[in-house]
This record gives sequence, structure tokens and C-alpha cells, in this order.
Amino acid sequence: MVRSGRYTRLNVYLLILSVLQLNLHTVEGVWPLPQAFTSSTERYPLNPQAFYFGYGRQSAAQQGCSVLDSAFRRYFSLIFPDYTDGRLHFSQYKPFTVEVSIDHDDCEGYPNEDSSERYNLSVSAGQASLKAETVWGALRGLETFSQLVYQNDFAYYRTLLMLNFPRFQFRGILLDTSRHYLPVQAILKTLDAMAYSKFNVFHWHIVDDPSFPYQSSSFPDLSSKGAFHPMTHIYTQSDVRRVISHARLWGIRVLPEFDSPGHTTSWGKGQPGLLTPCYNGGTPSGTFGPVNPALPSTYQFMARLFKEVSSVFPDSYIHLGGDEVDFSCWKSNPDVRAFMQKMGFGSDFTKLEAFYMENIVNITSALNKTSIVWQDVFDYHERIPKDTVLHIWKGIPAKYQEELSRITKAGMRVLLAAPWYINHISYGQDWRNYYTVQPQNFSGTEEQKKLVIGGEVCMWGEYVDATNLSPRLWPRASAAAERLWSDEKQTSNVDKAFPRLQDFRCKLLRRGIQAEPLYVGHCKHEYQGV
Amino acid sequence: MVTYFFFSSPTVSVCVCFSCHRTQMLWPLPQAFTSSTERYPLNPQAFYFGYGRQSAAQQGCSVLDSAFRRYFSLIFPDYTDVGVDALSNLLPVCVLDNLSVSAGQASLKAETVWGALRGLETFSQLVYQNDFGSYFINKTEIEDFPRFQFRGILLDTSRHYLPVQAILKTLDAMAYSKFNVFHWHIVDDPSFPYQSSSFPDLSSKGAFHPMTHIYTQSDVRRVISHARLWGIRVLPEFDSPGHTTSWGKGQPGLLTPCYNGGTPSGTFGPVNPALPSTYQFMARLFKEVSSVFPDSYIHLGGDEVDFSCWKSNPDVRAFMQKMGFGSDFTKLEAFYMENIVNITSALNKTSIVWQDVFDYHERIPKDTVLHIWKGIPAKYQEELSRITKAGMRVLLAAPWYINHISYGQDWRNYYTVQPQNFSGTEEQKKLVIGGEVCMWGEYVDATNLSPRLWPRASAAAERLWSDEKQTSNVDKAFPRLQDFRCKLLRRGIQAEPLYVGHCKHEYQGV
Repeated sequence: MVRSGRYTRLNVYLLILSVLQLNLHTVEGVWPLPQAFTSSTERYPLNPQAFYFGYGRQSAAQQGCSVLDSAFRRYFSLIFPDYTDGRLHFSQYKPFTVEVSIDHDDCEGYPNEDSSERYNLSVSAGQASLKAETVWGALRGLETFSQLVYQNDFAYYRTLLMLNFPRFQFRGILLDTSRHYLPVQAILKTLDAMAYSKFNVFHWHIVDDPSFPYQSSSFPDLSSKGAFHPMTHIYTQSDVRRVISHARLWGIRVLPEFDSPGHTTSWGKGQPGLLTPCYNGGTPSGTFGPVNPALPSTYQFMARLFKEVSSVFPDSYIHLGGDEVDFSCWKSNPDVRAFMQKMGFGSDFTKLEAFYMENIVNITSALNKTSIVWQDVFDYHERIPKDTVLHIWKGIPAKYQEELSRITKAGMRVLLAAPWYINHISYGQDWRNYYTVQPQNFSGTEEQKKLVIGGEVCMWGEYVDATNLSPRLWPRASAAAERLWSDEKQTSNVDKAFPRLQDFRCKLLRRGIQAEPLYVGHCKHEYQGV
Repeated sequence: MVTYFFFSSPTVSVCVCFSCHRTQMLWPLPQAFTSSTERYPLNPQAFYFGYGRQSAAQQGCSVLDSAFRRYFSLIFPDYTDVGVDALSNLLPVCVLDNLSVSAGQASLKAETVWGALRGLETFSQLVYQNDFGSYFINKTEIEDFPRFQFRGILLDTSRHYLPVQAILKTLDAMAYSKFNVFHWHIVDDPSFPYQSSSFPDLSSKGAFHPMTHIYTQSDVRRVISHARLWGIRVLPEFDSPGHTTSWGKGQPGLLTPCYNGGTPSGTFGPVNPALPSTYQFMARLFKEVSSVFPDSYIHLGGDEVDFSCWKSNPDVRAFMQKMGFGSDFTKLEAFYMENIVNITSALNKTSIVWQDVFDYHERIPKDTVLHIWKGIPAKYQEELSRITKAGMRVLLAAPWYINHISYGQDWRNYYTVQPQNFSGTEEQKKLVIGGEVCMWGEYVDATNLSPRLWPRASAAAERLWSDEKQTSNVDKAFPRLQDFRCKLLRRGIQAEPLYVGHCKHEYQGV
């Protein structure tokens, strides 16, 4: 038992049979919608002073399990936001216990692509039973349980039977910490909110052209010269560990991206000789292009950098970028052209990019990491390893189906981001567009459909920093979250989803997440963090 | 009136300034200024505000005494020591319009305390910190005044309730951009949060929640008093006869019952203009509002009246016959608005109404201001031309509906508005009293108000304050607005970024 509480003031302790119950107080109020459930109108009072989390006797995980012990503490506060501390003890309250049972003790590990997030939850008088294969599944079940509890003017209640599991294994959010620096606190808070919507991958687009905030232990000049500020606008090794550890406790993987050979302007400041010098006529212009693929030193540098990154980030995936490479600088450089001749590439610079990416993928493969790359790489390169995941970002707004069809036809796994570029804002309820995406509705075989491993909401940083991140992300990203977790047929009606999402947005506010409104209206507890 | 800033440090070190001409980093741009690279160090422990000997205002002037305290903290955000109040008591302090900064002293002269507030804001923006945290100010001469007298921001507290704290914080940020009118669109269809002492049912039945989602008389006083200390007028709007759904809940009989065929449908339309009780209610309500809100202007709404419910109602139709309006319902609306305007005129208030009223009504008093909201995106010029031709004063809001968001740098559109660039005489141009940034509340509450408002509204602020010729280049304005946005962050305002980049002090309020 992790939490035992005492409570005052509330004097509702009878089992109440409720006939007229708002459906938002039942399982319909859970976001994203669970896969299968039965519920009744029967409701039970919960009392924070007699509310306990506990481990089942048969559970492989027991007290001392870091993930669940800390989850119990967090969810106690989330379930009873008003509860500060008990003074009086009323023993007439019937105790309520949430008993958690896990098949595998993975308490000290990290979530990965194969982690089961399946769970069973049943709630009856005086107790709830939560069974999951892994602690990660238990976390999803605790989130669901916390959303089942509601508050009338006197007390807390909640009602059921549920079998739940995600539709897609990869449900990600991309944050871009290069175009604007995001303080660690903003990232941690985003991780909290991600867990509330059952997102499970934080794709950290940590560096890019404008700045290099990652403080590398192998190459400290990269951030000391490439960050917006060498002291205040960087992520130290300790910061990175803190993000990874916080994410782990919420069952969230951290997928780092070190995008190359393009999008690397900031790298050049701390690593002279890495970028291609561009030429104007016969002389260097003083500007630099993508990473120089013609130099052996480039690959030595990359091997060392990715060796470090592989050990810092425990996830078995790594994102290598590979998007939007501008060939003009390569074309202008005589050394690169000479290298092209030597390699027999003729004047086809896509072969040069393919050569570069193949080398980088080989580096990370040797480090036992699976690669994710932006879809551009597929267009240039037939020989990428079959386990590489292609990240679909082109074809906005509606042509991404063609991209999915084309790339899965080649047997490659895909991750869909194109319809969820959530940094693109417009007036009105654009969450409806995110909600009605059908990630597997493209022409192809059933086998092809299975190659869609999931989806990702991308918050690119041109116009986003800590001032507007939360209201832009929430609850708009939650619309995509339901698409990625829930059964598509049960969640095909966007108008039916609307009141549920409004209710969920109020829950986010109650938890201190600065989630913007969906339309005219109010929440019982408005945002107070002004 | 003469006012001084005293820098007691007698030794002035003149340094070479790296980012020279700090005055170019002011927002909004002053009308006239000269600055030099000569800079003076400022030390918070030896920095004083005082009142000039000739100043009509002296210590005890509530507006300036409190402004001195606020601006001390804004100028020295790092300084935490307690000696501030003690020090400011040593030397009396006050006001400006002409600002001149020289060694050891700044002199700020203004006709009114309100001008002094604008000057203090300018002065605070002149102070900067080097990499080691030391404060400096450059030798500067500024003469400044606003281009337009009315520089407003509308907040809509009906579609979403805004906690008082969110309003107060918006007032702070308004002052940083030299806005001077808070247009409080306090009630509308969705909710009636204003707690009326004459008609308490209006909020107890018409607010989203009768206890937690209302503005008490004390809340309203707090807003007005806070605004006053920043030199900001509070213009209340009680919009009628349309946009009044929430009024009906607490005031039965006020709204028009709509009919379906020959029977009431159970729904309600605009305020019922056919009943004497309507005007008795309005007279009492506006009497209260007039005494609660001290500003001499009051906004009466009058926009977007849907005639279909009036048309359906047999009593309204009978009233039309009786009044000889035939079937022209614009005459009925004109009749209604004339009555309301007369009520407020009798209370010595000048009326502002949405431009719809002009279209229906030729007989509105000549001092009524028409609020231009139609003609988005670019046809508002025709509206300005048409209405000023009739000799009416106008307030321009159409190009500054800032709740409409889009991807990218839409502040550029707000910046390049030319409020007087319409066909008309010089006399017509003078009838433009100013402009207003409108933040309608369909998709806005306290969670996203600040980042949507700032710094986008600041682009309009410069258009309304500064000389148009000196501020015609939007690309030149960009780095200055970026710098100003960083100043807003430093002051705790959640102002969103304009593009890729960083501020020395990022927003920390996560």
C-alpha cells in the first residue's frame, strides 16, 4: 500500500445508486476511448482518506517497483486534486483499493517498441483490479482509472469492466528544441500531458540549423559554439538524463534525432571542417552547405557522436533525419565534384546523399540501433536496411496516402506525421482535421497496412517556444492521440467526440496543463496559472 | 510641469556602446528623438524618482507614486533588495512627455500624469543591461505624443470567462505598448458574468457559474483602479438588442419570444423593443453601469441583429404597425437604439456603437462614435470613407481582429494598416479617433490569451501611436519588435515568438 489517507469535510459515504448519470461520468469520459468496456450506472464514493493503491499477490512487480510506486503517488494527487492533508479520521469510510498485477517485472527497464500496453481494468464495490502484462500497460490503466473518477459538489465517485490496448504501437510527439530553446521544465510538463493522452514516444528533434543545444561530452564545442547561448540555452547531460528518466516513469520512450546531412548549420560552428564550403564561381563564398560527404573525417566524427548518443539515449531507435538536402552547395564545391567522379556517381547527387545516409545508417546499425529517417531517404536510396522506418511528412494535406502506399509497397515500415503538423495553426476547430485522419486508408494489401507502425504529432519550432507550446499542443494533439490509440470504427464520429474532448480538456486544466479551449464555454475549474 | 530622474552617481563613465542607438529599440517608436553613444551606468541602489519643483503633482500623487514603484522593479528586474521604498521616500518623484536623459539625471515633462506614465514606460525601455548585469542608459532626447487618442484592446469575457488576474495582467502589458483603452465586452449571448447590484439575477442565472464565473462589484472596481494606475480607460460594452441570450435567463420578459407558425417556439430572439418594460429595465441597468464605470464613454453594441424572431412575433408586428414602420425592421432597430442612446445621453455618457447602427439610423447624435468592424480584410476603407463623409467619428477595428490566427508572421498585416488611407477630405481623416485590437473569445480564454495577444497586438500599438512615415517599413520594424518581445518576456508577459531565435531571458512561467 503506497498511499493511505485520511479525510475530513466530506460526509458522503453511502453507496449511491445513480439512475440519471451524465454519460461523461462513465467510461465515455475517458480519452482516448478504450477498446472494449461494459459499464453500469452504479457508482461508488471514493474517499482519499481510505483510498489505497496496492500490488496483487500474484503480481511480478511488488512494492519497490520504481515505475509503479511513483505512479501511485502521482495518480493519487491527480485523482484527488483538492486533497491537501487529513486532519480528522472518519473510520466509517469504506476503504477502496486499486490492486495492480503485472505479469513481467520490468520495473527498472525502459519502455520499447515491443512493450505491451494492454491492460484489464475492473471496478466494483470497494475495489478496482488492474491487470497488465507490463508496468507500461499498468501506467495506461492507471491513467484510465484516474479519468473515471469524477467529482460532484460533495465527493468523488466512479464506476466497470474494461479491456484496453493501443491500436498503434508508436504514438509520438515531436518537439523542436533548435528553432527555439525549450526550458527543461517545459519538456517535462509536456511529458506529463502526453501520458494523459496515452502518447508513448517523445521524438526530440534536439538540433537543427538554428542552434545546437545538446551538450555533447565528446564534442563540447558543438553546444558551446552552436547553441543560442553556451550556458543558458543548452541541455546538459544531466538535463537529458532528467528528461529520459521522467519520460520512463510515464512509460514514454525518448527518440533522439540528430538530423544530417542537411539541417546542420549550427553544427558547423563547433566542428570546423564538417560542413561543405560553398563556392561562388571558383572561390569559396564563405557560406556552408550540408555535411561534407566527401571527407573521411566526417564519418569519423559521426561515428563518435552517434556512439555517444547511443549510450546516452537508451531507446533502441534513433532518428537520423535525412530530409530536405539542398544539392546546390555540393554542386558548387570542386572537392565534392571530384569525389563524385571518383565514386562513379556521375552528376547524380541523389547517389551522393544515398552514399552518405548508407554510411550513417551503418554506423548506427553497428551500435544496435534501429534507424528512423524522413521519407526523403527512401526516394534516393534503395539499399536501406529493411528494418528502417520511413517517417512520412510529405503530401500535406491529403496526398500522404499515396506516399504510404508507395513506400509500404516496397515493404518498408512507415510512421505517419504528414497530417499532424500541428504547428500549422488556423482559425477554428482544426482538431477535427487531426481527428478524422485514417492512417491505414490507402491503397495496398493488408500486409502493407500493418507496416504503419503509428503516427506522430509534429510541433515544429519556427513560431513556438515555452510561451505558446502548451496551448498550441493541447488539446489539439489529443485528437490525434485518440486516432492512434482507439478503434477507428468506434471513434469515427467527430461530433460525438466533441463533448468528450471538451470534458477531457477540462481535466487537463484541472491538472495544470495550459490547454486551450475548443469553443465557447467553460470548465468548472478554469486555468489559474496566469 | 517638470520632472526629474536623479542618478546620484556623480562619476559618469562614457563608454563605447556596442549595440548603439538604443532609442531605436523603443516600441512603439517615439515621434522625435536624438540619442548618442554616450552611456551612463545606472545603479539600483542610487536610483531615484522625484517630482520637479515646478511640478503641479508632488509626492502623494497616487498615479505617479505607484508608477515609480512599478517602474523601479521593471527597470531593475534583478534587484531584490528592500531599500526601494525607503529610497524613493528620500526624493519626491513624478511625470513627462519630453524626456531628456543626460549625465546623472533624466528630466521628464508632461502636461498630465497620463503623459508622465507614457514617458516612464519609454524611459524604462531605454535602460539595458550588459552581459555582466550592469545597467546602462544612453544620452537621449525624446519628444513624444500619440498619433491617435484612442488605442484600445477588446477582451470578450462572455464567450469564455477570464479570471480577474488575466485581465489585470493584460492591462500591465497594454501599458508596455502604450495602449490606453480597455474595451470590456463584458456580456454577450453565452454568459452574463457582470454582477449587477440592481439585477443580481442577470449573473446568478446568466453566468456560466453564479459564484466562480462572475465579476463582482469589487472585481470591477479592482480592474478600473488597476487600469487607472496605468493610465488606461475602461470602456464597458453592454451590447443590445442582439447578442443578449444570456440576459434572458435572469430577466424574464426582456427578450422577444420567437414564434413558430402561430405559437411560441420556446426560443428567444433579441431584446423585445415593443415593451415599455424593456426601456425601464435598460434605464435602470445603464444608470448603474454609468455610475460603476467612470469613463465618459459607454459602448452600446447594436451589431448583428437578426430580424427573423421579431418578424415571427405577432406583438412585435403589431407594434410595427402602430409605429408606422411598415415591414421595415431596420426602423424598429433604429427606434430601439435611439431610445438606448437617449438613455445614456441623459446620463452624460457619449455612446460608441458598432457600425451596423449607422446603416439603420440617420438620427444618432453627432458625437456618437461608429465602431468599424466590417470590410475585412481590405474593404474597411470604403466603410471609413462612407461613414466619415456623414460627419461621424469612427474607431477602426476591422483589420485588427486578432483572434483570427493563421500560420506565420501575421503581425505584418496588423502593422501595415493605414487607418487614414481612404478617400475623403482632411476633415474626414480627422474623424478617425483611433483603433482597437479585438480579441473575441470563441477560442480564447486565460490559457491562450497572452500568447495570442502579445506581441501581435503590439504591432497595432505602434501603428496607433507612432508617425506612419517613420514606421512604414515592416522589415525594419521586425528586429525592434523582436527586441520588444524579449522585454515583454523579461517582464513576465507570455508573449509568443515572432520567428526562430531566442531571448536572453526565456519565458520561465512553465
